[in-house]
Amino acid sequence: MKLTDLTIHQMQQQLADGTTTAVALTEAFLAQIDATNEQLNTYITVCRDEALAAARAADEQRANGVVRPLTGIPLALKDIFVTTGVRTTCASKILGDFISPYDGTAVARLKEQGAVILGKLNMDEFAMGSSNENSAFGPVRNPWDNACVPGGSSGGSAACVAAAQAAGALGTDTGGSIRQPASHCGVVGLKPTYGRVSRYGVIAYASSLDQVGPLTRDVRDCAIMLGAVAGYDPADSTSVDTPVPDYLATLADGVAGKKIGLPQEYFIDGVDAEVKQAVDAAVAQYRELGAEIVDISLPHTKYALACYYVVATAEASSNLARYDGVRYGARVDEGGGLIEMYNRTRAAGFGAEVKRRIMLGTYALSSGYYDAYYLKAQKVRALIRQDFTAAFEQVDCILTPVAPTAAFKLGDKTADPLQMYLSDIFTLSANLAGICGLSMPCGINRQGLPIGVQLLGRAFGEAELLQTAYAFEQATDWHRQRPAVAKG
Amino acid sequence: MNITRAEVEQVARLARLALDDAELDALTGEMDAILAHVEQLNEVDTAGIVPMAHAIPLENAFRPDEVRPSLGSEKALANAPLPQDDCFGVPKVIE
Repeated sequence: MKLTDLTIHQMQQQLADGTTTAVALTEAFLAQIDATNEQLNTYITVCRDEALAAARAADEQRANGVVRPLTGIPLALKDIFVTTGVRTTCASKILGDFISPYDGTAVARLKEQGAVILGKLNMDEFAMGSSNENSAFGPVRNPWDNACVPGGSSGGSAACVAAAQAAGALGTDTGGSIRQPASHCGVVGLKPTYGRVSRYGVIAYASSLDQVGPLTRDVRDCAIMLGAVAGYDPADSTSVDTPVPDYLATLADGVAGKKIGLPQEYFIDGVDAEVKQAVDAAVAQYRELGAEIVDISLPHTKYALACYYVVATAEASSNLARYDGVRYGARVDEGGGLIEMYNRTRAAGFGAEVKRRIMLGTYALSSGYYDAYYLKAQKVRALIRQDFTAAFEQVDCILTPVAPTAAFKLGDKTADPLQMYLSDIFTLSANLAGICGLSMPCGINRQGLPIGVQLLGRAFGEAELLQTAYAFEQATDWHRQRPAVAKG
Repeated sequence: MNITRAEVEQVARLARLALDDAELDALTGEMDAILAHVEQLNEVDTAGIVPMAHAIPLENAFRPDEVRPSLGSEKALANAPLPQDDCFGVPKVIE
């Protein structure tokens, strides 16, 4: 077995028994990146020297008896996490060669745990997109089929883990941006509950929806990474001061007697037949494992997309006001004064989708439209959350498809923004409600593309969510399927 | 029509975006289609519903008012496009 084929928990074992070293693991991943990055375009920045230095330090720590869960484990970051010493781009031209004066909390926690950071991953610009085609650094290719998108916005994070270019990655999820690409690339992706992981040092898109989470090869790795980054942070006033459970302690407790809800609104026409078949098979598997399957209803589901595109764009238009060419990033000044400098800088620095969302959000918040759009959307959002609160009185977990189809071809949806937005219809609601959600592999279609199933859990119910996912994973083989590019 | 080209131009001014004619044309059509979809929200009866601004109940987060080290002007200016005399340089605002 190649070193890059190992899961994080297998690496922990081999590092502990001396079969391998952090330097050997890091060199193996750097070699895989060298061999495949031109084809996949997953990494925007590879931190070769920094990674090797961190690997040597990790091996030294281990020799001195200092061992933490991620000591020597090579990981990668969506380029939305600010990092000292290495540029952060958010896949936008407007940040220029920005180098952060500080590390974000999630990154600092990974480093404190001894993790090796291999580099910064491609994404949709400012996390706005569902296909990774909105990057100033070019699209990412799906490792299973290079003609297809990896999903988005954490497309680089999902593709990198699928292609064995890192043991695991961090992404962010505002409307499905971890779960949808995880599904399209055949890896596990978790959006934790809002407030579970600090957003300090994560470039903001929609602050009431954004959440940090891991993308990994399997559910155990996902639990390990969540445990490393979760927890209260005084630097993020929206992080919640509630204890982080030991996610591994309950992982193998099984699903016997658990109630799993199937919301009728998610099993609709328009879901691809092979996706439906794979998700139905997952339901059958859970039944076999002793779970009770219950039909439920989330009646406001059809309004989630409209609600999301008002709330998210309104928050984005406000968050992205800071990119004005004054304090950092690229500046375009052709004379004409300060306002003209702002206008030109922003026009040249932002891509088409980012401009579209800033425009929509500015419109929704503008005088005369605020009540009709923003306030209305916030009220509908409250109803969407109520749907979930009521559902979780009936069931322990909700099971749905992740996306209506498997990965689509590059260019297929770029001409019609609304069609692109529809790829997130099954994932948006969890962000609006603030609950946790996970995507894991549950099939492969006739074109050889992975299919994912989504599990949604109660707020701060990550331990139970991971336990439910693990039971399925242990009974199936889908998480062991790898694209050819990962095998080398 | 949910939005006119003139309204799109006004929104671009508010958003501080110097958009060209082609962009304004395209955005008028795209925003119109997206707003038509958003119109669906009006089907929902939200009488008496308290608007939800955040996913979790938020209270004011206080911290002790202690003197702590700050970034310092050298680091703060390290990414500035036009650092001048320990300040951020900008185009002239007042003649």
